[in-house]
Amino acid sequence: MFGMNRSRSKPARYGLLSLLRGGFNGQRHWTPILNEPETPDRHYDVVIIGGGGHGLATAHYLAANHGITRVCVIERGWIGGGNTGRNTTVIRSNYFFPESAALYDLSLRLYEGLSRALEYNIMFSQRGMWMLAHDRHGMEMLHRSASAMLLNGVDAELHDGAGVRGRIPGLNPAPRFPIVGGLLQPRGGTARHDAVAWAYARAASRAGVHVLQNTEVTGLAQAGGRVVGVKTSRGDLSCDRVVAAVAGHSSVLANMAGLRLPIQSFALQAFVSEPVKPCLDTVLLSPATGIYLSQSDKGEIVLGAGLDLFISYAQRGSLPMMEQAAAGAIELFPQFSRLRFLRQWAGICDVVHDSSPILDESELAGLHFNCGWGTGGFKAIPAGGWLTAHHVATGEAHAIARPFGFSRFPTGAMIDEAAASGIAH
Amino acid sequence: MTSLRLDAGGSMIDRARPLQFRWGRTRLAGLAGDTLASALMANGESVFARSFKYHRPRGLLAAGLEEPNAIVQWQEGRLTSPNLKATTLELHDGLIAAPVNAWPSPQFDLLAANGWIKRFIPAAFYYKTFIWPHWHLFEPAIRRAAGLGLAPVHPDPDSYAQHVDQVDCLVVGAGLAGLQEAASLARQGKKVILAESDPWPGGAIFGPAHDTERAQANRLAAELSACPNVRVLLRTTVLALQDDGLVTMLERLTDHLPVAQRQGPRHRLWKLRARDLVLATGAHERPLVFDGNDRPGVMLASAAGQLLERQAVSPGRRLVLAANNDRAWDAALALAMAGLGVAGIMDARTAADPARVAVATVLGIRMEFETVPWRARGSRHITAVETARIIAGGAARPTGTAIACDTLLMSGGYSPVVHLHGQAGGQLVWHDGVQAFLPVPGALPCRMVGAAAGDGLGHVRPVWHISADPRRPSAKAFVDFQNDVTAADVALARSESFRAVEHLKRYTTLGMATDQGKTSNINGLAIMGGLAGLSPDTVGTTRFRPPYEPAPIGAFAGHRVGQLLRPVRRLPAHAAHASLGARFEEYGLWERPSCYPKAGETEADAVFREAAAVRAGVGLFDASPLGKIEVKGPDAANFLDRIYVGRVSTLRPGGCRYGLILNEHGIILDDGIVARIADDHFLVGTTSSNARIVHQHLEEWLQCEWPQLLVAIADVTQQWAVMNVAGPNARRLLEGLACDIDLDGAAFAHLGHREGHVEGVPCRMQRVSYTGELSFELAVPSRFALALHARLLACGADLGIVPFGIEAMMVLRTEKGFLHLGSDTDGTTFPDDVGFGAPVRLRKDDFIGRRSCLMPEAMRPDRRQLVGLQSVDGTLLPIGGHVLGKGQDRQSQGWVTSSVNSPALGRAVALAMVCAGRSRHGEEVVVWNRGGTQRARIVSPVAFDPKGERMHG
Amino acid sequence: MLEINCPWCGPRPEAEFRCGGEIPIIRPTPDCTDREWAAYLHERTNPKGMHRERWLHVLGCGMWIAAIRSTINHHITRTGPLAAPHDEASS
Repeated sequence: MFGMNRSRSKPARYGLLSLLRGGFNGQRHWTPILNEPETPDRHYDVVIIGGGGHGLATAHYLAANHGITRVCVIERGWIGGGNTGRNTTVIRSNYFFPESAALYDLSLRLYEGLSRALEYNIMFSQRGMWMLAHDRHGMEMLHRSASAMLLNGVDAELHDGAGVRGRIPGLNPAPRFPIVGGLLQPRGGTARHDAVAWAYARAASRAGVHVLQNTEVTGLAQAGGRVVGVKTSRGDLSCDRVVAAVAGHSSVLANMAGLRLPIQSFALQAFVSEPVKPCLDTVLLSPATGIYLSQSDKGEIVLGAGLDLFISYAQRGSLPMMEQAAAGAIELFPQFSRLRFLRQWAGICDVVHDSSPILDESELAGLHFNCGWGTGGFKAIPAGGWLTAHHVATGEAHAIARPFGFSRFPTGAMIDEAAASGIAH
Repeated sequence: MTSLRLDAGGSMIDRARPLQFRWGRTRLAGLAGDTLASALMANGESVFARSFKYHRPRGLLAAGLEEPNAIVQWQEGRLTSPNLKATTLELHDGLIAAPVNAWPSPQFDLLAANGWIKRFIPAAFYYKTFIWPHWHLFEPAIRRAAGLGLAPVHPDPDSYAQHVDQVDCLVVGAGLAGLQEAASLARQGKKVILAESDPWPGGAIFGPAHDTERAQANRLAAELSACPNVRVLLRTTVLALQDDGLVTMLERLTDHLPVAQRQGPRHRLWKLRARDLVLATGAHERPLVFDGNDRPGVMLASAAGQLLERQAVSPGRRLVLAANNDRAWDAALALAMAGLGVAGIMDARTAADPARVAVATVLGIRMEFETVPWRARGSRHITAVETARIIAGGAARPTGTAIACDTLLMSGGYSPVVHLHGQAGGQLVWHDGVQAFLPVPGALPCRMVGAAAGDGLGHVRPVWHISADPRRPSAKAFVDFQNDVTAADVALARSESFRAVEHLKRYTTLGMATDQGKTSNINGLAIMGGLAGLSPDTVGTTRFRPPYEPAPIGAFAGHRVGQLLRPVRRLPAHAAHASLGARFEEYGLWERPSCYPKAGETEADAVFREAAAVRAGVGLFDASPLGKIEVKGPDAANFLDRIYVGRVSTLRPGGCRYGLILNEHGIILDDGIVARIADDHFLVGTTSSNARIVHQHLEEWLQCEWPQLLVAIADVTQQWAVMNVAGPNARRLLEGLACDIDLDGAAFAHLGHREGHVEGVPCRMQRVSYTGELSFELAVPSRFALALHARLLACGADLGIVPFGIEAMMVLRTEKGFLHLGSDTDGTTFPDDVGFGAPVRLRKDDFIGRRSCLMPEAMRPDRRQLVGLQSVDGTLLPIGGHVLGKGQDRQSQGWVTSSVNSPALGRAVALAMVCAGRSRHGEEVVVWNRGGTQRARIVSPVAFDPKGERMHG
Repeated sequence: MLEINCPWCGPRPEAEFRCGGEIPIIRPTPDCTDREWAAYLHERTNPKGMHRERWLHVLGCGMWIAAIRSTINHHITRTGPLAAPHDEASS
């Protein structure tokens, strides 16, 4: 199974010693993190379409948890270039329903050990994640959510308005929407989004997984009601199973299999300010303004707003959203008015009616989907990869993934977090 | 101290107007027309800042908004702005600014220690370490070291205007090309806006060689300023070109004035559409990439040219030019002709423009061809430049000679400013002659002219980085100055698989600084291309993202701050409530009385008193926000049958009925009273928050699904104020009013709707009850709200009428088990969950959401259902507390949705959604609230007057 | 901010509109299967390319209109009055 392309120099270890060594050799001992064959193998056990976080994590866990290494990850552009590299990097598991909490807390737990497990600093910074309440009703909903989280085994702290202000210095003393309380998940936080993709890619590559960048999937080969291969711009590959982890483009890929998905692609915009010295030490979501914000390690204020509710495959921002984000930021922190927006961009989200993901084998046998993460796919990368790998390797959906199958649509068994908690997820 | 102000020249400065300013702790003087950068240079300052990562001393690189080095914090009193560029900060009297990222000063900076360990911390080193024992131990120090300036700590006292406009033509950039375009369009009678970032028109014309162009630019600028159909906007930067040609631009109105003279909005954000859009945005000069190219004293040739032209400032007294194109020579020649010493010109090409060579010869300047700078000597400031020859294969061989100088002007070619074209989705193509990406004219609604289109940029010999081995770029040669990305970092990225241009950017942070790579991106991707044997075309650019130049968050928010973020909606009778001592609170969209506390009363006391008074006598409640939607037409009954869970067509005129409206997913969208006014005329009542939502719901189904139905819909919510008189004495109170509606219980029974007059005012009266008491809702035109309210209070005085707020209403309706949408229901609630399954099952004809109610999930017997909960000890249960079984199982079975202290029952009452709750009446459960528990029993949701006799009275 | 040409009001900014999604979506009769109903509720073409959809001129005339828009660059090539779903499907 090992083609000639797999022979490569011993991969460099990461760590302080290695950097010190590099200081004396001109940093020349570093090796490629990707195992990129010049020509792909003819056959793979599993082909993963999409070299984002979920696809790469799936590849890693197929190798690490199930010993499956004849795996190829196909990426149309560059790895981590989709939503993995375009989000606001929030990681949290403050969910209401036990099904969601199980999924996202698995992810958070994996994130907590990820830098060490993968020998790659993904800079997971657990500075806490707040959801604010602006009125009596909002506070009642936070009470409901706080107890739900605790019952789900997730950390949660409920604070009144004074408690919130004591913990988040600089909040607007006279906001339009009063801050009457907040729900804190102390373990929530942010991570360096690109690093997550790179860390999984490096780990999967070290296990022998192939990564093909700049390779477009043009079709799926089927035989006997199964998917048996993938047609690509670099030739046809045969395989036993295919995983589609192409957030934003899931419908386009499903279309190749003749399937229609319960998904619409909407753009989610994000914004960063110029970098400034530390002035915001947590992640904050304000339902009244519809924005969430945090400060990156680099010093930029990172802002997200709501979805543009029309179908879009254009990864670009627009003025109305920027205005909304600006107004929201100033409502929370009026002193940010003089900070300057440096950049805006957008990612394309798979949006399902209940805003919960789809982790399942499709009607076309052998074709698995990891999709439908909506605006929250980044925080789910480890779990999405873990569970998808489990299903692909064992043929059975993992218990945590089971509620998130295709079957919930004809039965109506939605897992609608926003509907139940009143908080956009 | 090498830089200086010349005795003559300087087109922008006014030598008669000296200005005082402060740089850090130093008091200095400049002239009107200076930028902070030119004023500092005129004072001989050369170290402006420290770099982001290695804290290397940095001088000025550029003269405009592409400047990566000279980042300053402006602060006067409580006003501050971080991360401004000294090159675009106009000097005003009393200006105070300080360098960022340097402590205690840019000359001596403690974190310069980072420079000593530079070799151990190449690009992206942080991904490879800080893993053990834990990132959390290292992160605080990294965060403190990162960031540039300081965020303001005080709210911004400035305001920001926004302006929407349309114009025939927008010309962006008032350089010569832009002026020519604007003039030509203006002469055709077009309405033209000419937008220029700089405070002056004219662009980058400098040196005696360009006297003709300068004269022409001056003439055109004068012509345009006199044109009635032309508006020249200086200090106006176009930030974005987005959807359908929408141009966003920022006009800086007051930043250039002394703080005391500033009036009105600080900035104006333009949102402009132009039929004809011309981009004359010019080009940015690129640095050469060689060892020590970041030393103070090494700067772009054009920057020196512009400083000389505009402010008569020279960066030094003994200058050297290193270039690979003709245009760059003009700066050196201009400085030489101004009397400064030019110690040499080196050009990477084999020859240069003969005319320029002739001038240089006359000026006695030494010229060397096929020569490039090898290394800049000096630490705080350049002292000499070593030279090298380009040999085969792009390698450089040091010549062993050095030219002593205090300033090295460099030019590695030009990058046309194609950002707006790129933002709008325009294509770019690599041009080998000018060695730059040029815009491909195409389907875009914009044209590019002048240097932005590559005109006049001449022939450039590419020298992307200078090193002995082109495969081994130097770690001392900087590509991105602000983020300290070296040529070696580009090679490192490539060796670790990060070949894609976006990977290069993200891995090394090249181009991610506040200048967004205006001077570095092309060099970076060309070095990457060179290493991979690819043309820059193949490597491609990163995407051009708005804004072109950072712009204040406040400018985007505009007026949407403070109370105007969402204006408060007040009731028509607000003043009456206020005079009664109401405590106001925002509920959904409206500010409403929560209660009317008397002196010394807590909210709980007041709510208890008000609720008790309604049950005992009569209360007055302002229900004006209730949604009122008129539905009229021959098919109105048919239409509403398709909207409501229950049939509406069976309703008789003069009657009304409670109904649920579902969405197509079967989820309860709204509840309310629908009244039939006439055979073809209905009034749809909605909850206070949902009037608009229900109106849109009705319109959507009518217009999109059943356009053949003859129905008209109008939302009249705000036309009518509604006063609710409730309590056993409600009728007695109304009998005291002049009223032409028969109030007798037989004539006007519960769930009746009447139209008539009260006190001579048109009135729609309904006998509906959310309190469970005898209750009348009187709707009058909103302008009569205050009068009616006063009249009701007066008539009720003898009866002891009590005004009551939302919270008392919540007590009363909770006692009755009446649903409160959004509290007892949420986005997962089907009608059966709240006890309205029968109408769904009984109706055989279709209505919105019916089919979804028949899906397996909606029919599951163990769904959460509305029940009452009674705490075993009679105490209040917490809203949001979860219902658990009595065993050890911690699986949530539902939650408390409403909970009040009932004055009527003398104990607490609660509603809850509990799994299979309807079949569990009598069962004891545990209510779990963040660890605390209370025992409670599942009971009927209707705690008070279960037979409903009181409201029929 | 797109510019949307309302057939009743002329070109107006996107902020005045709300998108209502794909057209036509044919509503099944109530005797359909659960699968058919779920498909109606959830499954969409979601194309990368030209998309027929409806927009509500919510801060204008209040009319729903039909539009053909590229989901790749958002450009709207055509707008017009909305037809009934079955007419829309057969057009």
